[in-house]
Amino acid sequence: MHVSMTINGADVSHDVEPRTLLVHFIREDAGLTGTNIGCDSSSCGACTIHVNGEAVKSCTMLAVQADGQDVTTIEGLADGETLHPMQQAFHECHALQCGYCTPGMVMAAVSLLDEVPDPTEAEVREGLEGNLCRCTGYHNIVAAVLQAAGGAR
Amino acid sequence: MIPVAFEYELATSAEHALSLLAEHGDEAKLLAGGHSLLPLMKYRLATPAVVVDIGRLTDLSYVREDGDVLAIGALTRHRDVETSDLVRSHVGLLAAATSKVGDPQVRHRGTLGGALAHGDPASDLPAAIIALGGSMVIQGPSGSREVPVDDFFTGFLETTIGEDELLTEVRIPKAPEATWSFQKFNRRAQDWAIVGAAVMVDGDRCGVGLVNMDSRPVRAGGVEAAIASGASAADAAASAADGLEPPGDLNAGVDYRCHLARVLTRRGLEEAGR
Repeated sequence: MHVSMTINGADVSHDVEPRTLLVHFIREDAGLTGTNIGCDSSSCGACTIHVNGEAVKSCTMLAVQADGQDVTTIEGLADGETLHPMQQAFHECHALQCGYCTPGMVMAAVSLLDEVPDPTEAEVREGLEGNLCRCTGYHNIVAAVLQAAGGAR
Repeated sequence: MIPVAFEYELATSAEHALSLLAEHGDEAKLLAGGHSLLPLMKYRLATPAVVVDIGRLTDLSYVREDGDVLAIGALTRHRDVETSDLVRSHVGLLAAATSKVGDPQVRHRGTLGGALAHGDPASDLPAAIIALGGSMVIQGPSGSREVPVDDFFTGFLETTIGEDELLTEVRIPKAPEATWSFQKFNRRAQDWAIVGAAVMVDGDRCGVGLVNMDSRPVRAGGVEAAIASGASAADAAASAADGLEPPGDLNAGVDYRCHLARVLTRRGLEEAGR
């Protein structure tokens, strides 16, 4: 069936099977491979993107459920060569080790600050509950989110 | 993991969803937020031939006052329940339990009605609805019926919703003066509860629902009766696991789950001021 959505501001349309997962639509049909597939079972958060501005796990959504919606992936955050403030904070705080969880972490963190603009450290840790870093590099990830929030707590 | 191929139908109204169910019978499954059904389909534990998407029925997403009752549309997302001022002020226990469901991404998609219709004894929300004494409005071909929560869950992943019916609304008696506690015990972030206890105390009325303590979501009736007759929290909680048959798995054996039920119920009663 025909599915159309906006991804990072661009209109994207493809004919897909109804069982096509949104993450596959993004990676294979739209060709945007920044969104990673990790556990593929809505646990790890590596595939986190925004649908209408809110973080969701794109492995647990059908492409047809995003038909007509506004999708943002990690590729859509930076403004040209200028990193998004959350990306810049991850860079400055060295909030990554192997980097596999990073796109999902950044997308979840941006959504978190939209909902809780000035979080405590505990709120950051709880807000990123849906994202796993198997390098266990959480310390610097939390520091980056707090830096992006402007909090020098 | 990719689901088995299916035919997709987008419902444009509750009536349209019902007619699609009537047309496809037990070959069809309703898709709301998809956070129970899609994982099952990806694991191929569920292989519906037809998926009826009710996720766009925005008129079933609401929280509103209806006299002494708070009415919540079945398609209200967890995030919207969790942050609703009406839910927080009238049935705070439900807001607290909802904030413990999954993780933020899950709560952006999953719905209250979807979680209840899934009938999972390990889910947090059924226990809260049991403690609060809620009821479900179920719409079918011949009209609507309202089912008290105690008659709603009929077995493991089974509810009283017929294959030609649709859960449309959850109704909860307002209890603005109630004290409450939601106790969820797990070992890792975002996990299902190994055991959970939802406790509500409203004057003489006490409600206790338990998570993951039987093949279906259960009420701790013995605890409620003991509190009603003036027992202390510790004495009342001692009967929390009586007559229940919790599962045993790698996280906890049966005896340990029964122990947890007693401890969490006592903590919940104490936090709720008993």
